[in-house]
Amino acid sequence: MKIITAMAVASAATLFSPRGAAAEAAGPQVVRFMLQNGMDCLVIPDHRAPVVTHMVWYRVGSADEEPGKSGLAHFLEHLMFKGTEKNPSGHFSKILASLGGQENAFTGNDYTAYFQRVTRDHLEQVMSFEADRMTGLVLNDKVVNSERDVVLEERRMRTDNSPAAQLGEAMQATLFVNHPYGRPVIGWEQEIKKLNREEALAFYRRYYAPNNALLVVAGDVTPDEVKTLAEKIYGPIPRNDAIHPRTRPSEPEAMADRRVVLADTRVAQPSLTRNYLAPSYRTAETGEAEAIDVLAHVLGTGSLSRLYRKLVIEKKIAASAGAWYGGVAYDTTRIGISATPLPGVALEDLDRAVDGVISEIVENGITQEELARAKTKLVADVVYSWDDPFTLARMYGAALTTGLTIETIQKWPDRIRAVTADEVQKAAKKWLASRHFVTGYLVKPPAPPEKRS
Amino acid sequence: MTKQIAIALMTVAFLSSATNAMSKTPVERIVTPKGIEIWLVRDEKLPMLSLQFSFLGGASQDPAEKPGVASLAASLLDEGAGPYDARAYREQLEENAIEISFAANRDSVRGSLKTLVDNRAKAFELLKVALTAPRFDEIERVRAATLATLRRNSTNPSELAKDRWYARAFPDHPYGRPVLGTLDSMPNISADDLRAYVGKNLARSNLKIAAVGAIDPDTLAKLVDESFGALPEKAALAPVPDAVPQGLGARDVVPLNVPQTVIVYGGAGLKRSDPDFIPAYVLNHILGGGSFESRLFKEVREKRGLSYSVYSTLVALKHAGLFMGAVQTKNDRAFESLDIINSEIERIAKSGPTADELDKAKKYLIGSYPLRFDTSAKIATNLLDIQFDELGLDYIDKRNAEIEAVTAVDIRRVAKRFLAGAQMLVVMVGEPVAAPAKAAKQ
Repeated sequence: MKIITAMAVASAATLFSPRGAAAEAAGPQVVRFMLQNGMDCLVIPDHRAPVVTHMVWYRVGSADEEPGKSGLAHFLEHLMFKGTEKNPSGHFSKILASLGGQENAFTGNDYTAYFQRVTRDHLEQVMSFEADRMTGLVLNDKVVNSERDVVLEERRMRTDNSPAAQLGEAMQATLFVNHPYGRPVIGWEQEIKKLNREEALAFYRRYYAPNNALLVVAGDVTPDEVKTLAEKIYGPIPRNDAIHPRTRPSEPEAMADRRVVLADTRVAQPSLTRNYLAPSYRTAETGEAEAIDVLAHVLGTGSLSRLYRKLVIEKKIAASAGAWYGGVAYDTTRIGISATPLPGVALEDLDRAVDGVISEIVENGITQEELARAKTKLVADVVYSWDDPFTLARMYGAALTTGLTIETIQKWPDRIRAVTADEVQKAAKKWLASRHFVTGYLVKPPAPPEKRS
Repeated sequence: MTKQIAIALMTVAFLSSATNAMSKTPVERIVTPKGIEIWLVRDEKLPMLSLQFSFLGGASQDPAEKPGVASLAASLLDEGAGPYDARAYREQLEENAIEISFAANRDSVRGSLKTLVDNRAKAFELLKVALTAPRFDEIERVRAATLATLRRNSTNPSELAKDRWYARAFPDHPYGRPVLGTLDSMPNISADDLRAYVGKNLARSNLKIAAVGAIDPDTLAKLVDESFGALPEKAALAPVPDAVPQGLGARDVVPLNVPQTVIVYGGAGLKRSDPDFIPAYVLNHILGGGSFESRLFKEVREKRGLSYSVYSTLVALKHAGLFMGAVQTKNDRAFESLDIINSEIERIAKSGPTADELDKAKKYLIGSYPLRFDTSAKIATNLLDIQFDELGLDYIDKRNAEIEAVTAVDIRRVAKRFLAGAQMLVVMVGEPVAAPAKAAKQ
């Protein structure tokens, strides 16, 4: 969930050394342009290996589904592999495999993305296939029905076979009272079962168009090459003028404390989780999301973090403890905290200890050492992310489809460096000392009362 | 010892020109003054250095009654070493943005180091103390974390299925013991056990190193000699016998209250050193390898919607070659998935793949090889694997030609060797129903 922490910019290495100049030039020199039909395009050149990653992102995800049709965005993602008029059933995958290409797709709350990884000489071909299925999808009931079963198996694998995942789903549904982020991306089982071909195609026609898409090409290409190819291949696809920026319901003020308990015989190791509402990079005030990233790091990343030191090392009540922040989201998002109790420790006690750690930061803030360490780590992750064009493509894609700009991404390390301890404390006060959270307990069912004879 | 640095440079083109360059940089083989071999790909474009290394042995060297020693030792190497307690060590890492980690598997302890080039001296100093002077004074904390993981795994169907499969396949062999240890063994491991393990297993004789990044061979050789050079010369490894999986033909049901049954199946496969490994690899790709084109993917997932994930793979351990796979299907259709997998194995063993399938599989495996070399971390990992499997520095050049050379005759031969009439050991975790009569609970 910490995608934002590893965004690439050209100036990140200066933190580490006075000799950072050489390193500064090492970041990717990204180029963004727009086609006439409104298709957004981004090129991330990296000439170290003769490989390219080609991605098309649509600005539509599970949070854009109509109520009652949860899982539709993800179901459509699966169905996009079923063929077009020009390239019927399986043809794309078959050709791609014979080129040594790899492919897949993923769906989130805010986006749906398709990608291929190929050697550079096959870029044009995968672009042509992807362009073809932007508007040419053909579906019949047989493949739709069988693929629905696959999605139901995916849901069982990811969620229903794991009580921890079921608790996570219940917590998300509780935290978001009004916003569609409360729905699982994969969908609720009873609604997945009712999804059909017509609904999938209607969703497809409504949202899949060049002016709702972002092309990302990363790897051994030049911006000029990509521009020429994109204009030729994606350029002729007509725009859909019915597509508008997204507006979704917002969250009301929280009045009640909320705790979700999942008791299951499969729970052999209890755990505690907290989810807080927090602004995303798009919705936050200037600098606020950066302060939350630093806060989440100081609070719960690694064994030097506040939660780990207090719960695991000092109090010896937890086996592990951590925190995260999902800042890359279109709307209001989450800060998460989790802790695993040692045997014999009640979750209520762990819960209070977590409160103690939060209060300490809310009241007294963080130290300069903690601030400096967090910045070093967050900015170093940026430099390390340059090693992987696929990771870069994914990070840029997620950022740009959740309302961020190239500038936001590129100046991110500078803004992280500018975060003050005071801002971190303020963020803690505002977002962690509120009622906008849900606590989740994963427990074994209570032992049945002993039978008396 | 003022021996001059004698670096044996053997530069090999990364890939023959016929098949497109794998990377634009060649692999250099370096032998340091202390005799440590390193494979290096120099890449000056990023200000970082990635190092991957392994010590042969791994969990196969755990004391028989104490599985989990290698894994716990590996977890503790970076939890306090030399002059640094756990906190100070972690502070040194974070303040210098250095990442060091260790993990054990059945055959080795593997480690990795990632650093910005400017901090490389500090990085190698921290690596040296982790390798040569681990304190092991945080054993209780790491033990508690491991126990929590083991408890969690004890009701995780995939973990259960995998552990049970290995336990039944290798009842009297180190491979049968869980790498992470067990809820019974973990409380009994002492710091002395960990010291004994490290003393015998972390040495130069069983070490392989691969490096990628902005560093020249001289500088790297010096740093490696200062850190790894401080290790004892010879490892004292207990011999591990070659083994074949047992329990073939058995079908084990582990009851667990989950809606979807996890099935792990497997039998004898081929070791990496087997001359038929490459044809077997091609055959497995057609049957159940990674792409969306495999027979298992098409028959189990695409046609029937029985599973999200279905595959088969060759697991080439040092002392055993395995053919394994897994599928996850809702309880009332789990046996259907298993039947289809069995019949697909039989079908391909009997009739082989079509000429078109063989051709396409070879094209995929050849064409996708460069995708394994597009990041420093991936290059280092692949170079380390090639060293570990003792395939030679020129393997990267030869590999695609070996795939290309596979014929239908080769495929028929290897199909006979490990698929024809093969009995599988099957573990099912869940509540599978409607078992055919032949499925006896064990």
